[in-house]
Amino acid sequence: MEIAGTLRTVREMGLVACTSCTRVWPAGTDRCGRCGHRLHTRAPMALQRVWAWWLVGVIAYVPANLYPMLSTRTLIASQEATIIGGAVDLARNGNWGIALVILTASVAIPLGKFLAIAMLALGVRHGSALSGSRRQQLYQVVEYIGRWSMIDVFVVAILASLVQLGAVASVSPGPASLFFALSVIFTMLSAQSFDSRLIWDAAREGRRA
Amino acid sequence: MLVPMTPFDVPQPIPPAPNAAGPDLAALIACPRCDAVYRAVQPGPGERAVCACCKTVLIAPRRRAGQHLIAVAVAVVVLVVAATLAPFLAIEAAGRRNASSVLDAALAFAANGPVAILALAVAALIVFIPVLRALLVIYVLGPVVLDRPPAPHAAAAFRLSEDLRPWSMAEIFVIGCAVALVKIADLAQVHFGPAFWMFAALVVLVVVQDGFMCRYSVWKSLER
Repeated sequence: MEIAGTLRTVREMGLVACTSCTRVWPAGTDRCGRCGHRLHTRAPMALQRVWAWWLVGVIAYVPANLYPMLSTRTLIASQEATIIGGAVDLARNGNWGIALVILTASVAIPLGKFLAIAMLALGVRHGSALSGSRRQQLYQVVEYIGRWSMIDVFVVAILASLVQLGAVASVSPGPASLFFALSVIFTMLSAQSFDSRLIWDAAREGRRA
Repeated sequence: MLVPMTPFDVPQPIPPAPNAAGPDLAALIACPRCDAVYRAVQPGPGERAVCACCKTVLIAPRRRAGQHLIAVAVAVVVLVVAATLAPFLAIEAAGRRNASSVLDAALAFAANGPVAILALAVAALIVFIPVLRALLVIYVLGPVVLDRPPAPHAAAAFRLSEDLRPWSMAEIFVIGCAVALVKIADLAQVHFGPAFWMFAALVVLVVVQDGFMCRYSVWKSLER
């Protein structure tokens, strides 16, 4: 990008920007006069907050996989299924597509998010092999996709309310649903705490040096 | 249809100014993603102004966006309220039948001890937050569309609505339904209630709403 070399940042100009409504104010202004958002040149302790939410997210993800997500009782049997166990059962019954959706939404995406956020946060501190725009894209993907992990919690909710056929069949949610939901929420908060301007600070400093 | 894109007509890189705290600070726009600063030039309707550094869409005005957004918001409120109360899905197996509404789905966790908190969270994510966001949009844009001065606390209301955006998950719930249906298709016969179609329509509306929402234009209109 030729133009990027001549672009100036708000911080270089001794100003402070509102990340909520994009208005620019003189440095030292406390609150945005247009939308009331708190103004910071860079979000204070952004990385610490990212790591704190990230850690509780990872911790909550462990019991989410160990405990059963669903317990199903039918006339003949009662069984409890974990996330992975449920997907394996679906695949065994020939529902490969749905098994893949569940494995993607509940295993691949959460793990990918943990990795991506860790990479972004580490990249700010220690530099990254990826360019600024690549990391920005990665961050946007993480932000966009994070909410979709809730799909498994909703599936459990729908099944548990719908499949209530007395003795014939009934489904009830297991403790993993709570831990999984918490893990998704914590990871979303972790991603939101990340100040993506930090990506570009490092990239710009690198260019100048 | 694709939105016609202009090759970035906003950015005039700003020369270093010793005393930048002039009156024209209001004419600047800062990219919230990468901190690049531009002199804002209003693109025409349907055009977009994109950050030259990180490609974030900064301004994307649409013609009569206010009216459209309010219409969509009203539809969202009606749909969510109706869909919450009407039967959503029903299943039938071995002569027994059970129908469930969206509220039942949210409350499925309620009977289950510590997992009960989830009932509240799910109800918030799929019913309350989408409705609240729609109501906030009506409250903020109503006076703007009618050419009146902004409603009291309109700025705070709009900021809340934007902060809640990632937490409004009605559309994810609909996809969750599709997954759940396949899971039980072998077990029982499934019937779609009216609320299912209402929620499906809701997904489309949410996408439309995001397409019309230009935050920069809303903030500009609240400045008056």
